[in-house]
Amino acid sequence: MAAEVHLQEERYIFKPTLRRNIFILLIAGVVFFGLGLFLAMNSEGHGESAGHGKEGHASVEATTHDMTASLQHETHDEDTAADQHKAEGGGHHGSEPWMKRLFTTLWMNNVFFTGLGIIGLFFVAIQYAAQAGWSSGIKRIPLAMGSWIPYAGVLMIILWFVVKGDLFHWSHAGLFDQNSPEFDPIINGKGGFFYWPLAKGTFPAFFMARMVIFFGMWFLFFTWIKREMLQEDLAGGVTTTHWLKARKFSTWFLLFFAVSSSVSAWDWVMSIDTHWFSTMFGWYMFASWWVTGLAFITLVVVFLKDAGYLKIVNANHLHDLGKFVFAFSIFWTYIWFGQFLLIYYANIPEETVYFIERMKTAPYSWIFFANLFLNFVLPFLLFMTRDAKRHMTMLKVVCPIVIIGHWFDFFNMITPGVMHFEGGVGFLEIGTAMIFMSAFLLVVLTALSKMPLFGKNHPMLEESLHHHI
Amino acid sequence: MDADKHFIVGIFDDEEVLLKGIGKIRGNGVKIHDVFSPFPVHGIDDALSIKRSRLPIAAFLFGMTGTSLALLMQIWMLGYDWPMIIGGKNHASLPPFIPVTFELTVLLAALGMVGTFFIASDMKPYKWPRQFDLRSTEDKHVMAIDLAINSGKTKDELRSLLRDSGASEVNEKSFE
Repeated sequence: MAAEVHLQEERYIFKPTLRRNIFILLIAGVVFFGLGLFLAMNSEGHGESAGHGKEGHASVEATTHDMTASLQHETHDEDTAADQHKAEGGGHHGSEPWMKRLFTTLWMNNVFFTGLGIIGLFFVAIQYAAQAGWSSGIKRIPLAMGSWIPYAGVLMIILWFVVKGDLFHWSHAGLFDQNSPEFDPIINGKGGFFYWPLAKGTFPAFFMARMVIFFGMWFLFFTWIKREMLQEDLAGGVTTTHWLKARKFSTWFLLFFAVSSSVSAWDWVMSIDTHWFSTMFGWYMFASWWVTGLAFITLVVVFLKDAGYLKIVNANHLHDLGKFVFAFSIFWTYIWFGQFLLIYYANIPEETVYFIERMKTAPYSWIFFANLFLNFVLPFLLFMTRDAKRHMTMLKVVCPIVIIGHWFDFFNMITPGVMHFEGGVGFLEIGTAMIFMSAFLLVVLTALSKMPLFGKNHPMLEESLHHHI
Repeated sequence: MDADKHFIVGIFDDEEVLLKGIGKIRGNGVKIHDVFSPFPVHGIDDALSIKRSRLPIAAFLFGMTGTSLALLMQIWMLGYDWPMIIGGKNHASLPPFIPVTFELTVLLAALGMVGTFFIASDMKPYKWPRQFDLRSTEDKHVMAIDLAINSGKTKDELRSLLRDSGASEVNEKSFE
């Protein structure tokens, strides 16, 4: 049935022209970044959107005020507009608006690209744990994405010390001091989650330990699985030894990731809006990471195929990848809606304030709705038919939409809690994303060029070759 | 329906032989009426040049019907016919309608698909399907060739062609 394919070992060659193009992207990103920084430094806190901003300001202030009136800690709700004035009036939120904006975008992009890296490993692990045969020809691409994990980890730890005062409200010692005017009983109640076993308001030992352990374990599992996959190539012929070992590591990794992905979502993103919480949040951020990662894997496979690599990949494999992106776009929407509907219906002020900030404030409102459009409506309609998922053109259209859409999703998760009415997507944010993207591509493609494009001794390669749906 | 239908029926033991056989028989210009298998055979649709089912289109249309019906129903009921204030929300507000809309979309798409499938494949009560060979429900692949539309070939030619293509047994079957 299947056409005869001669399985010669394929190696990806990272061509100088592509490397040059990525450097051009990097330089353009740096220019955008510099321009954005310059503009942000020279605006007095309110840019072009001052007009809309003020309008939104008044109405949201009124709404949030009504809602928080019932709360005991009214004077200390970080999420309310009242706090905004305090910050502007030289409160405890130290840095200049442009610095806060810079920190926010750096943190946001790092969390987003951390996701792309870890999802690479997660995809590989899922394939092993599920004993999937169809994907055995493309597993090296997500594996290469995993090489971003150590870079992301180092960046995350360094960045945390730079951005903590501006992004993480809970890092202010006064919140935990009963004698301080800043004292906040709610955040004080959550303090142990960050500071245990040390005293609240000192060094967040538990939080930092989690960050280090998560990245450390992720990297360790990545090294183990990668080692098994590459050693398999050196074996004399088709062998299951390394496959079985890789499956063992994968299962343990999946168990670890089940916990660590949720906790990292609380730590790195949800704790920015310190008062607010959602029990869906761990799943929500994972869903966003996962579908972005799937879209990225698909895109790389399509571009490699276009460049003449991956002869073992045919329309059936593309179809499966497309189905993954289609299905998990819907999954993400389901989680999004599960989180939104309950908060909307229960109408508890300390929960709704999160969505009021995002839905009704000028700089975020359009992103809030664009998020749903880019990440649900477009993939859902464009990927619905069988043919759309089997043709490379359509994959090349939808996958970038999903990646960009989820970048905005992360933007709206992180920025409003820090920047309040002063956030926005400008040169600075786009430039930072371009810098991160080019760095990520350089690391991933370099890693990809250092190993064969598929494992020639993989026990299920033959199955992948005859994959037919 | 059609009076006096005569068929040559080939029995195949193995699906690989069957797939090769289909190619050979069709290559000789013989039109195959249908093939019956006890399990799904990969690639048989392509080998027989069976067009893809249009059932997904029907499913989509039924689904859209469900979506619109659900939304109209809820907006009319809660917005106009009997307005109620629930949780201080607008009478007709979209988010709480979504779960019901989703359920009705799925329900109508599923029921519509089943109905469409029954009609399209002419399955109805008291209709007894043609059985070319009962062993197609057990372990044999059964290929039926209609004599009427293959008038260019004699019975014997068809029989030997089936034998050459790997059929383990060749029978004749007529329906009234």
